Amino acid sequence: MPKKSSLARSGDWARRMPLLPAMVLVFFVTQLPFVFTIGASFMNWNAYYPDERGFNAGANFKTVLTDPAARKAIWVTVLLTASVVLISLFLGLVIALLLDRKFLGQGIVRTMMITPFLVVPVAAALLWKHALYNPEYGLFNGMLTKIFGKGAPQPDWISEHPMWSIIFAIVWQWTPFMMLILLAGLQSRPMDVVEAARIDGASPWQIFTNMTLPHLRQYIELAGLLGTIYVVQNFDHVFTITSGGLGTANLPYYIYETFYTGQDYGLASAAGVVVVILTIIVSTIALRTVFSIFREDQR
Amino acid sequence: MSTKTVTLSNGQQVNFRKPPRSGLLLSAAAWIVGFLFVAPVLWMILTSFHSESAAATNPPSFTAPLTLAGYRSFFASGPWPSLINSVMASVVSTLLVLALAFPAAYALSIRPVRKWSDVLFFLLSTKFLPVVAGLLPIFLFAKKVGLLDNIWLLIIFYTVMNLPIAIWMLRSFLAEVPSEMLEAAEVDGAGLILTLRKVVAPVVMPGLASAALICFIFSWNELLFARVLTGTVSQTAPVYLTGFVTSQGLFLAKVCAASLVVSLPVLVAGFAAQDKLVQGLSMGAVR
Repeated sequence: MPKKSSLARSGDWARRMPLLPAMVLVFFVTQLPFVFTIGASFMNWNAYYPDERGFNAGANFKTVLTDPAARKAIWVTVLLTASVVLISLFLGLVIALLLDRKFLGQGIVRTMMITPFLVVPVAAALLWKHALYNPEYGLFNGMLTKIFGKGAPQPDWISEHPMWSIIFAIVWQWTPFMMLILLAGLQSRPMDVVEAARIDGASPWQIFTNMTLPHLRQYIELAGLLGTIYVVQNFDHVFTITSGGLGTANLPYYIYETFYTGQDYGLASAAGVVVVILTIIVSTIALRTVFSIFREDQR
Repeated sequence: MSTKTVTLSNGQQVNFRKPPRSGLLLSAAAWIVGFLFVAPVLWMILTSFHSESAAATNPPSFTAPLTLAGYRSFFASGPWPSLINSVMASVVSTLLVLALAFPAAYALSIRPVRKWSDVLFFLLSTKFLPVVAGLLPIFLFAKKVGLLDNIWLLIIFYTVMNLPIAIWMLRSFLAEVPSEMLEAAEVDGAGLILTLRKVVAPVVMPGLASAALICFIFSWNELLFARVLTGTVSQTAPVYLTGFVTSQGLFLAKVCAASLVVSLPVLVAGFAAQDKLVQGLSMGAVR
């Protein structure tokens, strides 16, 4: 960054002007609503009973933390997010390592890998629900019949394993994301150092554990944290695959239901505040990671 | 056997090959994994061209005759208004994002305001707050001012939703404009517009394009707000797709055709922005 160039010395306000419209909009559309949500979370406020509207202290939060459905939603959110992020991070790492070498059709395989990420989430969820998981004509059971003949097991994937059905549909879309970030990390490795280690007789495994993994660490963290932030908010897959049934309603779905169907604005807001708190915990770490990469970049 | 072939690619990245046999195995593994990941999409494409009865067989009929019946029945079900709404919401919001993000990025890199990195991190932090928590206030506001079921509400929301990402991306591209060139332009007496056109634009154009594509993808994909804030008039394509959530008899070819048509713009935009996809998704942290 040019710190004291002649360009960098004109009026403060002249500099701020181009930034203002964007900042004002971001403030009014993202920050102000949250303040409102916090306010609403302390109110007894159901659109079906407009007369009973009023302050109810922490009753909504008490409900969120004690009501079985709400507690289940918190647990589902944690489980769903953790499994999706860990599985897709692991797969993403393995695939990034596979793609980080020269081979015939490298570019094509990379493009094939990215494709799942470029299917509209609702469409992807519909694809998994109807074309893959369907017990009668889905591809999974179809392939089972094709391979094992008539007597092959024909599980009803979604009813028997609702959580895993959702998890794998999301993993399919998010593995490419993890892979892309980790591949970028792999390709930023100082290869001359790796080469020197190789000439000194280090085995591929030693190079991987002692050089590649430590270098990748911040990329793994970044991929995991960004993935967490996106997956915590997942609504499309839960809505499409199970419509929140069979114990798969996560917090975003619970909020949607409470607010849209139940019209309980107070309770929905309290649940919203809980999601925000959960995310803040993760994103504080995420921000720190981004910041450290950013600082290295600015050198 | 132990001779190590060192392959130079792009002149900078030194790659090495293990003995040929394990190399071949790894390449085959990469191909298989790539195929497994793309297979559901290939299946979706194939099924969309099958007749409904051929699409619903068990075991699957891979070689059934191809037909456009699925597409015909999808387009006959009236998806055009929602597709047009989606185009409107994502294209207009992307243009607005660029119009707002470019000056902002300029004020954060070329002529930086004081504490510019604080501003950047404030913007990033807004991206980390789950949108679902803002759903109720935005809904109530829209209801009060009569903007419910109005596509402009979504346009404004998508614009702000994507602004932080766009600013981050554009800032990192603008930071690559050499400051000597800017100073030279100033010394030569070039005005702001001329400097932007002749010095800045050539460097940032590719970045601007990929930022636009990424914002387009995010707006096109969005479901939750579109579902809550729109009704019959302004529903977008993802909302239209939710009509297929519950099974309606033999409708697999139609579902696949619909999913493919709705995903097509994102697939095209995503492949076009492939190289910059990571940068956009990681808010510019990874290049």
